Order: sequence, then structure tokens, then C-alpha cells
Amino acid sequence: MTSRLLEPVVRQARRAAEHARRRATAFGELWRRSLQLRVVVSTLALSSAVVFVLGMVLQVQITGQLLETKTEAAIRQAEASASAIQPDLSGLNPGPDSVRARFTSALNKINTSGSGSDATTSGAGAFEPVLYDPVGVGSDGRPIAVGNWQDVPDGLVKMLERGSAGYQITTVDRAGTRTTLLVVGKPVNSSARAMHLYLLFPLTSEQATAEVVQSTLVVGGLVLLLLLAVIANLVTRQVVRPVRQAAEIAERFADGSLDERMPVVGEDDVARLAESYNEMAASIQRQIHQLEEFGQLQRRFTSDVSHELRTPLTTVRMAADVLHASREQFPPGLSRSTELLVDELDRFESLLGDLLEISRLDAGVEELAAELVDVRVLARRAHDSVRGIANSAGTSIVMDLPAEEVTAELDSRRVERILRNLLANAIDHGEGLPVELTLRSSGSAVAVTVRDRGVGLRPGEADLVFNRFWRADPSRNRRTGGTGLGLSISLEDARLHGGWLEAWGERGYGAVFRLTIPCRHGQEVDASPLPLVPPDLPPAEPVVEAEEEPVVEEVELSEEELTWQPAEPVTGEREEAR
Amino acid sequence: MKARVLVVDDDPALAEMLTIVLRGEGFDTAVVADGARALPALRELKPDLVLLDLMLPGMNGIDVCKAIRSESGVPIVMLTAKSDTVDVVLGLESGADDYVVKPFKPKELVARIRARLRRTEAEPAEVLQIGDLTIDVPGHEVLREGKPIQLTPLEFDLLVALARKPRQVFTREVLLEQVWGYRHAADTRLVNVHVQRLRSKVERDPEHPEVVLTVRGVGYKAGPP
Repeated sequence: MTSRLLEPVVRQARRAAEHARRRATAFGELWRRSLQLRVVVSTLALSSAVVFVLGMVLQVQITGQLLETKTEAAIRQAEASASAIQPDLSGLNPGPDSVRARFTSALNKINTSGSGSDATTSGAGAFEPVLYDPVGVGSDGRPIAVGNWQDVPDGLVKMLERGSAGYQITTVDRAGTRTTLLVVGKPVNSSARAMHLYLLFPLTSEQATAEVVQSTLVVGGLVLLLLLAVIANLVTRQVVRPVRQAAEIAERFADGSLDERMPVVGEDDVARLAESYNEMAASIQRQIHQLEEFGQLQRRFTSDVSHELRTPLTTVRMAADVLHASREQFPPGLSRSTELLVDELDRFESLLGDLLEISRLDAGVEELAAELVDVRVLARRAHDSVRGIANSAGTSIVMDLPAEEVTAELDSRRVERILRNLLANAIDHGEGLPVELTLRSSGSAVAVTVRDRGVGLRPGEADLVFNRFWRADPSRNRRTGGTGLGLSISLEDARLHGGWLEAWGERGYGAVFRLTIPCRHGQEVDASPLPLVPPDLPPAEPVVEAEEEPVVEEVELSEEELTWQPAEPVTGEREEAR
Repeated sequence: MKARVLVVDDDPALAEMLTIVLRGEGFDTAVVADGARALPALRELKPDLVLLDLMLPGMNGIDVCKAIRSESGVPIVMLTAKSDTVDVVLGLESGADDYVVKPFKPKELVARIRARLRRTEAEPAEVLQIGDLTIDVPGHEVLREGKPIQLTPLEFDLLVALARKPRQVFTREVLLEQVWGYRHAADTRLVNVHVQRLRSKVERDPEHPEVVLTVRGVGYKAGPP
């Protein structure tokens, strides 16, 4: 029952707590981010502490001073009053009723003599006298006293009973209002015994003064705090604003607008900051421009060299082909030379082409001719173009393509080139074992993996394969005559599409290259539809690295390698000279 | 009759080599080393094809190409050292029919030249309809409402290829093979540029083509007659 009643309350409380937490988080955020807020708040906190202490000290000082003056005047008044009634009481009869009558007349005398009439007692203010007989008891059983006896504190009475004068501050309830009284007591000698004279000074005016002082202090303190907050805010703004401005400008500078500069106003510290910032920016800009220029020069040089080489190369190429076409008429050495010439020209050409391609990719001038195509068609075309080298290497290529269309928006020339490069690379390193090409689409991205089961890669080599002119094993012979730039170009091509090209490999298990490209041009790839590491791997075994010391293997040489190629008889003359 | 090829190239070695190869393949050749002389030579010699090097002194190859195209529909094959998109497209847009990137193999060049020279000689009298155009194939004439439209031989071939099979969608690769004579996959930019050039001549509003329609993601087809 109670729980059900409490439920809305609890919910409310939870919501409030949640709200408070959010507010606190927001404030924390602001606190961390805003120097201005921090400075203002800490200034406020420190100055309010100072103002508080100052106010307290002032108040205590002022009230103390007020009370001291009052007390001194009151004591003087009491002495004056005591000496005024002394003659009346000196011949006092100890009978209770006569005492009371005497007391009344004495008090009347005090009252008529008035307060402040005398220079010595001025400043004491109004008072109410009380006379009290500490021993005698009246006929009605009450102590003999005249005046507001009940307002006199007991402590003071006891003090006077010991025969000394004194004063005390007490608070009494009079007709519902609390009044603070300064009570001064003084024993007055009579013939029989010492009577007690008490003067009750209401502290109303002093209290009022103290209150005025207090409220003045509070208001003044608050105004002071407010002013301090405003001042701190203004001052901090003056410092923080240029800093914020500098931060904004630096951000824009970092974003690439190298012409951003800070305005320099005056000669103060902010101006110095602006000046040195501007100098730094100018220097950075200069260096960037220089680097850009160097880079551009270098790229233009590569591109120019490639271009300039092309015209003579074309002539050489044609000449070689003309020679090659009629090689049957040449003696064997010449014939073979023309063959080598033509083959090496092919290699030279593809190297030149790749160099040019990579220099264009470096220059960032390449554009993507993206169109909607069926990726399966590209894969088949790439397969067709490497069929020749696959056959000569004795490698079979297994194509795993989906039955339905796999469309994506991409540059077909580039993607086909990537696939061709990957396949040729796999054939090169596949040791004649089957190469698998797998194509899958997730709707947002298309992935192609090319897997070979050859020697694989050593740890750490997966990152190196995309380096220019990097070769896994320099001693391996190459069937495809790769230029060493193919994978670098492929990587750049993949990047141009906003996609990935990654490599995985392990000794003995072959290598996998995975290309992932977004289906829509301009989108980003967040996940690949295919795994990079093949799932059918046997569990990893601790591989004993036996390659620490380079071992020169003893290889048995074949018959052919061990045969001398006999020198050709050149001319008769030379033959004779020998 | 032997086909005559005008070689416009500033590199003497390459020009000589080209001459050797082309003459070996049965073409008559003439060489002009300067772009500024290409036009007078064209008027004088009336070649069947111009082989034009894009990097020429005196006159820019592109300008030479435009100048030739402004007064003749003779097939132009560019020799270019640049396969940059911009350069190739610029060359094609200025009127070249095809291009060969240096360094090329002699066979490749000869194949390109032969493809451009191959004229459909003995054709039956054939009149085709595409959009609101009438094509007189043997007469090599395209008419809209009785008025002839001037097309280069290549543009004419492209239009005829599309018009012969009105309902078929041609991929760029198929067009490359049928019109340009490429056996292997080649640069589809050739098709794009020439379709645009063709459209600028035959369409009433090239922005909203009615004769040569684009089939997105596949290729092109002829507009309904």
C-alpha cells in the first residue's frame, strides 16, 4: 500500500535527480570549457569570503564599541543614583513595609533627578531603577523590591550579595516582545544591611543601530560582490576574447585556410601574441608552399620524364617490332636479341605506364569516372586478361561469384585494374596452387577477396606489400613481369573510391587480399562483407622461426645450368689471331 | 587503291619510323613536321586519314585538330603521350575520331588506322529511321525534315550502328567493337565523348536527347522512330 503511494513520489524524485544530474553535467562541461566562468566564479568565491570576514569584524567592532560606551555611562549613572539615594537609605528601618515605602521614595528621587541631566551620566539613556532588599521578606511573603524586580538576572543578584557591583546583559520577555536589557547592580549601604540598587537600561536604540550597521554591511557586501563579479567578467573578457579569437583563427588555419591572420591592435601582450602567432603562421605557410612546390616540381618532373620518354620509346618500339617481324631472316643470336628487345620493351613500357599512373595519383589529379556497373563483369574481365599467365604458370583460378547481379557505382577501369593486379600477384606467388576470387555484396559495400595458397607472408609483411617496388622475396622469379608498382597503384585506386585494400598472409597458408568498395560513390565503408582472414585456417601452431640465420641452401644444379655455351666464331681473322 | 595517310609529327625519328611501318603495311604516307602546315597539306594532298601528334611546335595539336575538323570530315587519329582524362577528352572533343597512346605497338596503330578507313563499301540500299531522322546509309546522308545534317564518318557510323537495331541497348564495349573496331576492352570515354558530339549535331535539345538515348548503367540505344 505504502509502496504504491510512494511510487509517484519516487518517480518524481528520480526525475528530479536525473534533471539535476544533467544540469550538473552541463555545468561541468561549461566549467571545463570556459576560462571566463572559472575566473568569475573563483573571484566571487574568494571575494565573498573576504567580504564576509570583513563584515563580521566590522560588526563585532561596532557593537562592542556601542556596548562599551553604554556600559560605562550606565555604571556612572548607577554610581550617581546610588549616591543620590544613599542619604535616604542610611537611616532605614528594617520593617518590611517601611522599607518598601522608603524604596519607592528613593526611586522617585532617582527618576526625578532624571537621566542625562548630569554631564557624568549623559549617554546612558533611559533606565528603570529597581531597589531590592536581599534579606527581608515582605508581609505578602514576596521579597521586598520596587520596580521590575523580576527582570533582574539571578547571577547579578548573587554577585551583589557577595558585596560587589556588576553588570549583565539579559534578554527578557515584556508584553510579548523580547527586549535586551543592560542591568547594572550596585549595593547601597543602609543602616541595617546593604540594599541592592539595579538600573535596567533597555538596549533598544543600540540594537537598532547594530541592525542598521548589519544591514548596511550586508547590502554593501552584496553590492560589492556584484560589482566584483561584473568587473572580473569584464577584465577576463578582455583577456579571454583575444585568446578565443586566436583559438578560432588557429583552428581555421589548421583546417587549411593558410591566409588566416590575427588582427594586431595596440602594443599590449595580446598584440604581441597576435604578432608572434602571425609570424608563426606566415612561416608555416611559407614552408607548406615550399613543400607543395617541391612536391609539385617532383611530380611534374616524374610526369614530364615519363612523357618525354614516350616519343623515343615509341620509335624504338616500332623499330624493334619491325625487326621482330622479320627475325626469321636473322642468324639465331640476332633473332633472339630482337625477341629480348621486344620483351624488355614491354616491361619498360608497363613500368613507364605505372610510373606515370602513380605520379598522377600522387598529384591528386585523378578523377573517378564512377558509373553503375555489375562487379561480376569486371571480375570476369580481369580473369580473362590474366588467363594467359595463369595457364603458363599452371595455376587454376576459382571464381566464386554470386548468382545475382552485384551492382556498384565505381570506375570500372580502375576496379578491373585492381582485380587484374591482385590476380596476377596471386598467380605470381601462388606456387601453382589454385587461386580463389570471391565476390560478395552487403548492399552498402562490395568486397572481393583474392586468395592464394602459396608461400604467404612473414609477420609484418602485410603492411609492406603496398610499398612501391617492394618485393616479398627478391630471389623469386616473376612470371607476370610485375613492375613492383601494381599493388601501390591498386591501393591508391581503392582509396580514390573511398574503399579499402588490405592484405593478410601467414607463412605456409598463403595470402589474402581484400578489396572493399562502397556501393554508392561518396559513401564510406564501415564493414566489409567478407572476412580478411580465411575462416578455414588450421589452429595456429607455434612456428619455430628457423630463419634467424640466413642459410645458403645448397641446390643441385641441373644439366642445363652446368653446360658451357660455346663462343661463336666471329670472323676468320680473329680466329687466326687466337 | 592504296589509302593515303598524312602524318603530322614534329619528331623526325618517329615520323620516319611511322612512314616505314605504314608503307610496310601498304599505305601511302606524307609527313608534315609543323602543325601550321598541316592544313595546307591537307588541302593539297587530300589524305584518307590524318595521323596527328598532339604535342606539336608552332600550333597546338588540339587547335590543328579543330582546324581540320572545321573544313573536313577526314578521319583523325591522335597520337598522344598523355592518357590523362582531360587531354584525351579534349582531343576527342576537338574532333579526333580515335587516339593511340604512346608508346604503341605498330600493330595496334595499324589496326586503329584500318578501322577508321574501313568503309562499308558494298552495302545494299538501306534507309534507316531513328527518332525523327532519316539515314540514307549508302548515300552517307542524314536528313531531318529533308534537310541534311553534316556528320563526320565516325559519327555517321555510330548513328547507323544504333539505328540498325532500334530496340537493342548497346553497351559502350559493344559500340567500341562495332564502331571503333576494338577487339579488347578499351577506353569507354571514346564512346561518351562521341555520343555527346553526335548529340550536339542531331538532337533538337542535347539536354533532352530523343535520338540517342542513355540507358543508365548499361549504355545507349536508338530513340523510337
